[in-house]
Amino acid sequence: MVSIPSRHKSLALLGGVLLAQVLMLAVQVKRDSRGRLIRVWTITAVTPFEKGGAWGFDKVRGVWGHYFALQGTSRQNEELRAENDSLKLTISQLESKAAEADRLAVLLDFRQSHEKIPMVMARVIGASAGTASHTVEIDRGERDGIRRNMAVITPDGAVGKIIEVYRDNAQVLLLSDKDGGAGAMLVGSRIQSPVKGTGEPMLSMSYVAAEENVNSGEKIVTSGMDKIFPRDVPIGTVLDVKQGTPFKQIRVKPAAKLDRLEEVIVLLTQEPVAFTSEPEAQSTQPTAGSATPATSNAVPLPAAVKP
Amino acid sequence: MNDTFELRGGETHIEVHKFFPGAVVGMAVLSLVLQRILPVYLPRLEILDLPLLVTIYFGLSRRNPSTGLLLGMVMGLMQDSLSGPTVPIGEYGIAKTVIGYLASSIGSRLDTEHPLARFALVAAFFVVHQSILVLVRRVLLAQPEPWFNMHLALAALVNAVLGVALFALLDRFRRSS
Repeated sequence: MVSIPSRHKSLALLGGVLLAQVLMLAVQVKRDSRGRLIRVWTITAVTPFEKGGAWGFDKVRGVWGHYFALQGTSRQNEELRAENDSLKLTISQLESKAAEADRLAVLLDFRQSHEKIPMVMARVIGASAGTASHTVEIDRGERDGIRRNMAVITPDGAVGKIIEVYRDNAQVLLLSDKDGGAGAMLVGSRIQSPVKGTGEPMLSMSYVAAEENVNSGEKIVTSGMDKIFPRDVPIGTVLDVKQGTPFKQIRVKPAAKLDRLEEVIVLLTQEPVAFTSEPEAQSTQPTAGSATPATSNAVPLPAAVKP
Repeated sequence: MNDTFELRGGETHIEVHKFFPGAVVGMAVLSLVLQRILPVYLPRLEILDLPLLVTIYFGLSRRNPSTGLLLGMVMGLMQDSLSGPTVPIGEYGIAKTVIGYLASSIGSRLDTEHPLARFALVAAFFVVHQSILVLVRRVLLAQPEPWFNMHLALAALVNAVLGVALFALLDRFRRSS
């Protein structure tokens, strides 16, 4: 008998022989610009597994990196928090400097628009120690020509007057102090009445007769009658009016930001001041009562000035 | 030595033929040589595929798939080698390996001694052989190749006719059982 290989054995042999020849074909043949065919086939066959492997490795690395390899994360978090705090502080400082630059620009513009009027720009370096008085301390004094009862203003409006003068600094009594005040008049009706401080943020106009017509939002400027402030320096805006006997009770919102003073102008003379609204327009934080068209004309100060 | 075996429970007896020593090798080499020489003198004979006919014949006669596919592989690889550098080694090898396997498998189930059976088988194997060649060229080598045309049909016919004659000639190299 002739021994015959099993069917499976011959099939396996057929497959092996064919595979060997296919591989041999691949070794010989070159595809255009893609190298030998076996390389093309091999790459084509292996690429899906490579992609799968790369995907798996990425996942494993991602899981490891996000959930297990976190030793340095806490320390890095603390460092980042510290850096964040430092950056916040830096930003705050820069914002403060930018705001200061804006304010100084307004002051400088006001100063340049009134070159012929002697004035001193001063920085507020201190405030009153108690809540009972509304005063601030400025960094200019006698050496700069500052004397008592000189008017202190900002481009927004009247601030107060000098009450104490030292060699290199001075104290300013604000309009909002209980003892503060200025001669004032309503822009529309030209009714004159002093504006006094109340010890609170708002001012008071006390001596307007009950029969006079005063409306909320009306502008109030200096009258010049106090011989401290020139005329037509903005003081504020009528906030509300209460009927009284014999005088109305008028609350006034200050034109100048009395609670946020940082730089002020001390008028060294009582020469006429052309108090235009231009500087107010350039102010970074304008107020409702700061724009006063009626004050745009230069008004001569009273001749008699009480030192 | 008993050259026959019982295939289907004693109902059918199909002989496994033995040949004189060197007959298979001699015929294989001769077919390859003639395949190269004949077209030089008679270009029309280019449509003949003598190695294929030899592979079919010995596959059908030996009726051993392993032997048949190995013979087809050797014939095909030699034909590839002799076909010049434009034909990659393995192209004919693959086709003739499959033909050797199929011929041996079919030969172990059918009586392939009748001329008509041989004619049909050779024509069919030629078509299969050509189909495998085209498949290899198109799929593996990315070479455009028509699946079949009239020239190939004529070649199948010619080779089938020649196969019947050649097989009868080769039968003379069998050892009597």
